[in-house]
Formats: sequence, C-alpha cells, structure tokens
Amino acid sequence: MESARVRHQQYVRGQFRLTDVVETYLARIETQKYLNAFIQVYADEARERARELDERRAKGESLGALAGLVIAVKDNIVIKDHLTTCASHILDHFVAPYHATVVEKILQADGVIIGKTNLDEFAMGSSTENSYFGAVRNPVDPERVPGGSSGGSAVAVAAGMADLALGSDTGGSIRQPAAFCGVVGLKPTYGRVSRYGLVAYASSLDQIGPFGHTVEDVALLTRVIAGPDPRDSTTVPVEVPDYLKALNQSPLDLTIGIPREYYQEGLDPNIREAIQSVVDRLRKAGFTIRELHLPLTDYAIAAYYIVATAEASSNLARYDGVRYGYRAPQAEDLQEMYFRTRSEGFGTEVKRRIMLGTYVLSAGYYEAYYKKAQQVRRMIKDEFDAAFREVDVLITPTTPTPAFRLGEKLDDPLQMYLSDIYTVTVNLAGICALNLPIGETPEGLPIGMQLMGGMFRESDLFRLGHFIEKQLVGPVH
Amino acid sequence: MKYEAVIGLEVHAQLLTDSKIFCGCSTQFGGEPNAQTCPVCLGMPGVLPVLNERAVEFAVKMGLATHCKIASFSRFARKNYFYPDLPKGYQISQYESPLCHDGYVDIELEDGTRKRVGIIRIHLEEDAGKSIHDPALAGEDTLVDLNRCGVPLIEIVSAPDLRSPQEAHAYLVRLKQLVTYLGICDGNMEEGSLRCDANVSVRPVGSRGLGVKTEVKNMNSFRNVERALTFEINRQIQLLESGGEVVQETLLWDAGAGVARPMRSKEEAHDYRYFPEPDLVPMVVESAWIEKIRQSLPELPLARKERLMRQYQLPAYDAGILTMTRELADYYEAVAQKCRDYKLASNWVMGEVLRVLNERKIDINQFPISAHRLSGLLNLILDETISSKIAKTVFEEMLTSGEDAAAIVQRKGLAQVTDRAAIEAIVVKVLQENPKQVEQYRSGKEKVFGYFVGQVMRATRGKANPGLVNEILKEKLRE
Repeated sequence: MESARVRHQQYVRGQFRLTDVVETYLARIETQKYLNAFIQVYADEARERARELDERRAKGESLGALAGLVIAVKDNIVIKDHLTTCASHILDHFVAPYHATVVEKILQADGVIIGKTNLDEFAMGSSTENSYFGAVRNPVDPERVPGGSSGGSAVAVAAGMADLALGSDTGGSIRQPAAFCGVVGLKPTYGRVSRYGLVAYASSLDQIGPFGHTVEDVALLTRVIAGPDPRDSTTVPVEVPDYLKALNQSPLDLTIGIPREYYQEGLDPNIREAIQSVVDRLRKAGFTIRELHLPLTDYAIAAYYIVATAEASSNLARYDGVRYGYRAPQAEDLQEMYFRTRSEGFGTEVKRRIMLGTYVLSAGYYEAYYKKAQQVRRMIKDEFDAAFREVDVLITPTTPTPAFRLGEKLDDPLQMYLSDIYTVTVNLAGICALNLPIGETPEGLPIGMQLMGGMFRESDLFRLGHFIEKQLVGPVH
Repeated sequence: MKYEAVIGLEVHAQLLTDSKIFCGCSTQFGGEPNAQTCPVCLGMPGVLPVLNERAVEFAVKMGLATHCKIASFSRFARKNYFYPDLPKGYQISQYESPLCHDGYVDIELEDGTRKRVGIIRIHLEEDAGKSIHDPALAGEDTLVDLNRCGVPLIEIVSAPDLRSPQEAHAYLVRLKQLVTYLGICDGNMEEGSLRCDANVSVRPVGSRGLGVKTEVKNMNSFRNVERALTFEINRQIQLLESGGEVVQETLLWDAGAGVARPMRSKEEAHDYRYFPEPDLVPMVVESAWIEKIRQSLPELPLARKERLMRQYQLPAYDAGILTMTRELADYYEAVAQKCRDYKLASNWVMGEVLRVLNERKIDINQFPISAHRLSGLLNLILDETISSKIAKTVFEEMLTSGEDAAAIVQRKGLAQVTDRAAIEAIVVKVLQENPKQVEQYRSGKEKVFGYFVGQVMRATRGKANPGLVNEILKEKLRE
C-alpha cells in the first residue's frame, strides 16, 4: 500500500484521476460491507468533489495538502447537514447544523470525505461491538474485533477503503484499534487538535487524531488538523511544526525510556518479544535506552474509569428527547419522557457508564471517588513529567494482547476495560502517543508498539516512528 | 419569647453584555422565541463554550464595588440537573472557587444608621431558557424559549446579616443601585433582570445560634420580597411558639394569595453533582487588568451622596434621593452647576421633576426638560424675574413646548412686577375695596393678611413680587 503522502504527490503531478480512486474505494467499501466499517457512505458527494478537484487540477489551480486523498471520519465528529449518530439509537436521525473544526480543515485542504465510520456507542468501548449499527469486524480475521472505539476508522484504512481516517481517543480509542488492525494511529497531545464538533465523551481526555498506513501519513493529517481554535478554549496556542520536514531529521538525539510497569504479567509473549526485538535493534543503531519506573501506572485504569464516566454522565445529559434526537413516544409526563427516552435510546455500556459517573459525583461520594481520582491523575501527570525530563520517548506495548474474538469480552466489562491498560495513562497525563505496527503474531495478528512523547512533542514520535518503520521493521503490510 | 429573623439573600443579576456568556448570540430582550440561539447555546452535540471576557469584566466591577477580593485564579463548574429549558442538562456556574469573595456593602436603615452586610461570594454563571405553559399556544404541552439561555448572570450571595424584611429591602435597593451605577445590569426585578431568593430562619433574640432555615423563591418585586419575608418570618415564629419545628424546605411565594407554599419535594430533591467544567480552562485574572477596571469604576452611590452633601451643602435626605440613580444625580449636578442656589435646585429636582417622572413612568433620560433649561428657569426665580408660583406654570409649559423658560415668560408676559409704585397703587386699591377686612386686621385678626396678599396677586395675575407685596401691605396697614 502506498503512503498517502506519496499518493498526494502523484495526484498533484497528474499521475491518476481522483474520480477513479473514489470509484475504487467505493467498490472496496461495497465488497467489504461485512466488515461494517461505515455507518454512512457519501458516494455521490465524494464523486462530485473528486470531479471538482480533477477539474481544478486540470486548470492548474493550486491544491491543498490533502488533494488526491480519501478520508473517512468517525461518526462522533460532526459534518454540517449530515447525520452524526455516535452509533447510538438516541442520535440515529440527528443531522448536525455545523462543521467540526477538523472537518473544515480537511475540506480546506482539499480532502475528500467518503463517509462516516462505525464506533462503539458514544466512543465507549474497546471492541466496536457496542454499536447500534452492529459490530465491526477485523479485516485481518473477521472473527476478531478491530478494537475500539474507533474500530470503523482503523478498518477503513487497514482494508483500503480510505487513505486516511479520523478517530477520537479518550483512553486508547485510536491506538488500540490501530494496533489490532495493523495501522499507524496517533493520540495527539491534549489541546493540540480542536475538539469543537467532536461529540464529547469525556471532555478532559478526548482528543481527535489520525489513522494512516505510515507514520508519514499520520504526520501529514496531523499537520492539517492541529492548531489552536478560538472555538475550543482547551486548545493551546503552541505552534504546529512542519511534521513532514521533521521526518528528515535523524532521531538519534532522542533518548528512549522503557517503563518496567508496562511489561509485567498479562502481556502476551509475542508482543513482548516483538517489542524487545525492536528495542534491541534501536540499541544497536546507537540509541540511548534507559529503563525506568512509572509505579502509579497500576492506578490508571481506576482513575480513568472514574474521571471518564463522571464527565460522560454530564456530557450525555443533553440527550433528553427535548430538542433533538430520539424521543420516546406517548409519554404521559416529562419524567416518563426522560426515563423512557434515555432507557430506550442508550445502549447497555453507555448506561453503565452514565450510572457509574453519576454515582462517583454524588454527594457523599465525590471526595472518595472523583476528587481522589483527580489527585491520582495529577500524580500520574507529574510522574510522566519527571520521566520526560530523563528521556524523550517511552516505548511500551499498545495492548496486552492482539485482537480478541468477537463476543469474547462483551459480557465481562472489567476484562474489556483492562484491554486499555497501556493506553489510558497517556490520556490522564494529556501527553501524545503513537501506535506503530511492528509485526505479527504466529497467527498473523498485528502487533502494535506504543511510542509516548511529552506535551506537544509529536515530532519526536514521528521522527522515531518513521525511523523504526523505514530502517528496522520494514513495511508490515 | 421574642424572636429575630436571620436572612441571607442570593441575588441573580443579568449582565448587560451585548452577547451571551459562552457564544456570540445576542442577549437582547424580547426577540422571536428561539431566534437568538446557535448550536452552542442550544447544547448541540459537540459544541464547546468560549468565555465572554466582557462578562468577567462586569463581574469584577461588581466585586470591586462590593469590596470583594478578586480571585486571580477561579474555575467554572457544572451544576447538573434535568429540565427542558436547560439544553445541556447542566448549567455552567462556579462552585468551589468563585471569581469574587469576602466583601461587603453598607446599607442605610430608616433611622438613618448604617449597617454593613457581608458578601460571601459573587460568581459568574449562565442563565437558563424559559418554559412557557400556555394552553392557548400549546394545549397541554410546554414550549421552550432558549433566547435567554446563556445570558450571563452574576449571583451575589450575602452573609446571613439581615435581621428584618426592611433590612433585606434596603440591601436589595443598594444592590440595584450598585449594578445600575456600574452599568452592568438594568436592575429590573419585574422583568427578571434582577432576581432574589432568600434564606430565612428565626431565633430567640440574644441567641447566637441559627435556627432551621427555609429558602423562599419567586419574589419578583422589591415589595414582594418584603411581603414574602414578613410572611415567612411570622410563619416560623408562630410555628415555634405553638411547639412546632421549622422544616428545611424550599417555598414558592404566591404574590396573589400572599402566602409562601412548599415546592413539591420531587422538584427540590436535587443533588447537583458539581464538578469542574472540563471544557473551560481556569479563569486567570491578572492584577493589572483588575487595576484597570478599578480605575474605570464610576463614583459609587454612597461616595456620591457624601460628595453631594459636601459640595452642594445638601441635607442627607436630599443627597440620598438625588443619588438613587446615577442619571438623576448627573441631572441634578448639571442643574446645580448653573444655578447658584443648590438647595433650590434640589427642591425642584426632588419635587417637580420626580413628580413628572413618576406620573409618566419615565426615566430621567426621557425627561423633556434638559438640565440646562431647568437651571434657566430656576435662575429666573433667583433674579426675581418670576415668582416660584409662576415658575411652576412655566415649568408645565416647558414640558410640552420645549422652549426656554425665558422665552415662555416673555411670550406670555409672566415677568414679575417689581415696580414699587405699581404694586403700591394696587395695594391701596385693594385696601380701599375691603374696609371690613382692614378693620378686622387692625383689631388683631392678623389672619386676614393672607387674604390681602391673595387679592393683590389676583389683581396682578400672580406676577407681583411676593416679598414686595408683603412689605408694602404691612407698611400700608400700619398707616
């Protein structure tokens, strides 16, 4: 599979017509419908936009950074006048009245949006099985999950139905499916990419990020969507570097850290070995590698599920049947309308998290749960800050196991939550992290490695990731 | 046993910013329902709030005017509850760290003494929309208008320092005066731009503890606050005296029936699950900015009242009335600056001018006689061109004609007669025509003096200089 960056360059040079590419992708979406990656496909719109771009190119007009590329968008990111369902019954007919900032940026950069991808309802899940529109299947092995919650976006890229895709990552929702599907995925630093137009799950943890075949692809899309946004006060006015240029710089100046806590019990031996082998090769290549400890890692899952569910319980209060979305018919009074709308409109996992979150914020429990979780979060952040004074990039597994079977963890929420064990710390600390495919298990399931970087140090991840991809691993596909 | 009331007020003031607190929508009152809304204030999926700096500035103004400490670092919090006019299912407010805290206002009681009332906190929040229950419009359904949703509010929480409904009233009047002086709120209770809830308890006089309190809501005028508090204090006292106990609850004032009734328990059983608003960064207020705002504050009511007393030698009563609003004080000062008799100016503004404002239910800004013209009229009295009585006629004419006083006096020939000989002639004539009354006067019945004055004035159609008339009459009657 060619990288998106190369394809963009080929397109600008006139080596292929976008209308043809769009037809190819639409055909692949059609033949791989069983993967259930898309909730909506904008076939006519994509064809029309491709024709416009081809015409503009023919006239010699200048083209944006994404010209020639086809992009899929997770269906919790709004596109004006299009459905945004969040894979929920409660929003299954909701038409957004505005564009998300990232969508505006993609359109301005001449990207073609081909459709909206499937996800765990309101991005709550780690397998993309909690969707009102049905589970998504992993293209590597359709009996296995693609990971979640951005499973549809990971599959769209992995199965060649789009060049690039947008996901959202609250506790690993980009990196974990990227690892399960064998693609590159980035969780940017909190505040790097505008959340305006991302339907909130947990506001202080959510971040939109890209999927691509290569580090270069992800760098390209990050460059387009990153930057401060006056409509999102939590974006940070930090300059967005030219990530593609950064890829040319040798990463040998970067010190690498190996946090021991990420390699303990429960880690699949194939994943452990694959990472070990990459680390060995990095050492041979001349990198400084240090082992270190992040002892608070053990508390991350607990802190995460308190903070995330607390915010979710409040963020999802607006789906009450009053102004938009599903409303239970023929309710006798307001109280019944609320109860029935929300009972019928939300799926099981969403309701579980709303109840958990409501509980941890309740009078008498706030101090014991929410407040304590925030304190733990602060300490985890401090622990990472200290680590990043010693090293530049941390290398960990992305997931404890490769892709598991459909239905395997569906009835055991705790097991499902533990599949985020290596990814949630990054969201709690607000730092950035990248999943890099580094190999396969003997069964042929993709193995992902996670690179974590300090605040706004995406360049470090791209440089090191690009080096590993080009020099050590070779193309995984 | 004698009881005293312990009252604390929570006052919400709608800020007069042009746009809403977290989006760019207009805050104008009275638009088509739901016309002044956008995805942000409608709570659409995916939207985020962006803080309006002007709202912060206004809140800081009120904090400074009430001697509060301004927090350099404060946070917004979510107050979670379900209601159809609350689109997000939470209100963005402040909880643990308000913008302003620990201040006070001085109020004046009826006996002229001053009392200091503590301000616990002033915080910023967004208003909710309005639910409309109108069978004519929607039958059994409820309609929701979200134009008001997201209009900035400050909530001003007083310490439980108020001891009577009258003190509560005086405190509210002072708050209204402050917000209008600052120009941050129009202070209109009837229209809901100023809203007041009260926490009320009673305790035996001399006791330091606090009784069980109730919360009284829905008092939508200054008068209703006094009435509702009087009602609730009496109810609590009667309850205690008859051996009962006050139950902590929320009551709604029914102005029509004159009673406060408990809200249904379902509506008040709220656990708001406050937590810091993750969509907004902490509010950092720089001290340089606070100083800039402090410099921009207008002279506040109490300071202005004291200055008026000093500068124009006015009694406290006059200065108090003239400084009720900033505009009235401006008007008075504009008149006084062109009129050497400050007290005369005060009498006219407090008397004639306020009478017309009340009759016409208008503000001083809409008053048809400019300060410049009114001072012109007063100067005609002072240089004895016209009498005070004639001046009132001229004043009435000025209300409609828009002319200068002098022009009206000239056009209507109203100038005072100060020609001694002319007045003497009339006096002589009056005395000659009323020999009986002259007889009475001389036999000691001095009350008829007024009758002679009246006759002389009538003969001159009110234009004779009254001082001169008195003087000449006395002279002639002594003869």
